[in-house]
Amino acid sequence: MLRPEITQTQSEDEALLLAPLTRTSRGFMLLVGLLATVALVGIFAYIRQLSRGLGVSGMNRPVYWGVYIVNFVFFIGLAHSGTFISAILRLVGAGWRTPLARAAEAITVFSVPFGAGSILIDLGRIDRMFNVFFYGRYASALLWDVTSVSLYLLSSIVFFYFALLPDLAHARDQLTEVPQWQHEMYRILALGWRDHPEQYRRLEKVLDGMAVFMTLLVVTVHTVVAFVFSMTLQPVWHTAVLGPFFLVGAVFSGSGAVVIAMAILRRVFRLENILTWKHFDYMRQLLIALSLTWMYFMITEHLTIFYGREIPEMQVFFQRFTGAYAPLFWAMLALCFLVPFPILLTVGKRSIGWMVVAGLMINVGMWLERYIVVLPTLTRPHLLNELAIGTYTPTWTELSITAASFAGLILLYALFTRFFPIVPIWERSEEVEAYLHEEEGE
Amino acid sequence: MARWGMVIDLDECTGCRSCTAACRAENSVPFAGPDQAELGRAIFWQEVLEREIHGSYPFLERQYVPRLCMHCDDPPCVKVCPVEATYKNDEGVVLVDYGRCIGCRLCATACPYGVRYFNWYPPEFPDTLERAVNPDVPTRPVGVIEKCTFCIHRLEEVKARAEEEGREVTDAELVLLTACNQACPASARYFGDLEDPQSTVARLSRSPRAFVLLEDLGTEPRVFYLKGE
Repeated sequence: MLRPEITQTQSEDEALLLAPLTRTSRGFMLLVGLLATVALVGIFAYIRQLSRGLGVSGMNRPVYWGVYIVNFVFFIGLAHSGTFISAILRLVGAGWRTPLARAAEAITVFSVPFGAGSILIDLGRIDRMFNVFFYGRYASALLWDVTSVSLYLLSSIVFFYFALLPDLAHARDQLTEVPQWQHEMYRILALGWRDHPEQYRRLEKVLDGMAVFMTLLVVTVHTVVAFVFSMTLQPVWHTAVLGPFFLVGAVFSGSGAVVIAMAILRRVFRLENILTWKHFDYMRQLLIALSLTWMYFMITEHLTIFYGREIPEMQVFFQRFTGAYAPLFWAMLALCFLVPFPILLTVGKRSIGWMVVAGLMINVGMWLERYIVVLPTLTRPHLLNELAIGTYTPTWTELSITAASFAGLILLYALFTRFFPIVPIWERSEEVEAYLHEEEGE
Repeated sequence: MARWGMVIDLDECTGCRSCTAACRAENSVPFAGPDQAELGRAIFWQEVLEREIHGSYPFLERQYVPRLCMHCDDPPCVKVCPVEATYKNDEGVVLVDYGRCIGCRLCATACPYGVRYFNWYPPEFPDTLERAVNPDVPTRPVGVIEKCTFCIHRLEEVKARAEEEGREVTDAELVLLTACNQACPASARYFGDLEDPQSTVARLSRSPRAFVLLEDLGTEPRVFYLKGE
């Protein structure tokens, strides 16, 4: 069985990356306990909703959608930056992304299920969810959603798993002091990977091919999510800009999340030499570009509405700027751009702490942005009568399910880092580099 | 093939809401209660909208607009349903298959007229309402959408009787067919076949006073209103 030769620094790095797989810290147990509790409260809330009906939420007429749909859009969006980093940046050959790729892709793999789950939670008749497969109508944007999100979930998992294979084999071979069940898990999941150069070459080919597919998919997925809104005739929803806007917002919020994940992993697993300042700087530049693009779309959208002065649209416009949703709207602007952008340009250059602050603000701000997209339009639909006096207050059911979704995402992520290396070991190996270049030389 | 439509004369409508009440009784619309109604959960397949009061004292006027499902010829709701639980039948009536609806509410958000309603809780018929449930109309379970059906159960009955008697359905049988029309004390409402150029609705829909709501959206509603004087 061939194994790539490991240099001194490489073996130090490798030891660091494999260390978490061999022990459970008290902090970890505490975290798992806390997250599991939050998740359980949410599960209880959902079971109650299932037995009583969606009336336990704050939704009503005309506000037929609320926090669950906001969560759906947000979680699917969060997933996009993982794919952006692992697939799109792979295609353009941005080598700096390699140590981050798995950490970012893990965000994708674990948040897409919560996005899809949020939609299922929102259904009036989840017992009939398979009707979408039996009677699906492709004229409906919702079905494009189901298709693309399912494909996205499946391909993300496969992409993630394939990229994990050599490291699973490594864990199988190197970690001798772990419990039997854990060793069995690595052995089974490694699918008999034998570290043969030809296997690495094939793996690279597959990952390259999948990266192309996933790039096309990621553009489709969030555009199609936007289509569910933009293909209705409701004021401010019905705009061509919504597709690109959602897409940019998705990569934006996801990139903020990647920064947070990177900072935490770096601190907890002592990966200072692997997730270096250089990586944070690249992410900082990416976030600056995305902030500006996001702000560009914000300005374009609202300026166009304001200039046109169409009555139904202005109702929604004022709901956002001065009406019931003004506090959240202005908070969103502050959290997405007005505060983090200067941080990224100045103190973010020198401090990871400030980068995390910016990342957190951006994520909270982007959740609010999804809220601002969904709610004001529903409270001010076309027919301006009693129908238009719409209000919405989310109930504890919706909020606890939201909290549980976030807790679930973090829990799955934490569990993953406990049992699998969060930075790819094989992609750092010089020997593997050599195998891959051998073919290019021929 | 018939094409069902309705005409409502806003000059005659007094805003009494008999149509709203009759529709609820005829179609066994579930009871929401004051708390749920305040939360915006009450179901009114047919609802009377109040426009702003205009004019100056003492010549004040308010227009009442009875609003029901428009049974649009290009329905935004049918377009978006992922499971084809809502559809337009071949006589133009937009219907909901209560057994298939998954309760995603995309149709409800897509309808610009706001005529679609959702069962947030299992339907309740307290006390005497239980005995008043109409056996001709299926009651809807929790978690599905419901809306005006142009009283299709009455329509089918009238068509069946005509066929039995070997004749066509007459315009007179149709004008006050729906529960809302039948209840109207001001005789402001008409129902009938828009395909029949001699029917009341076809003639009135060609009147210079005729208009439809939100015409610019291109939904092509089949409910026409006659402008007040």
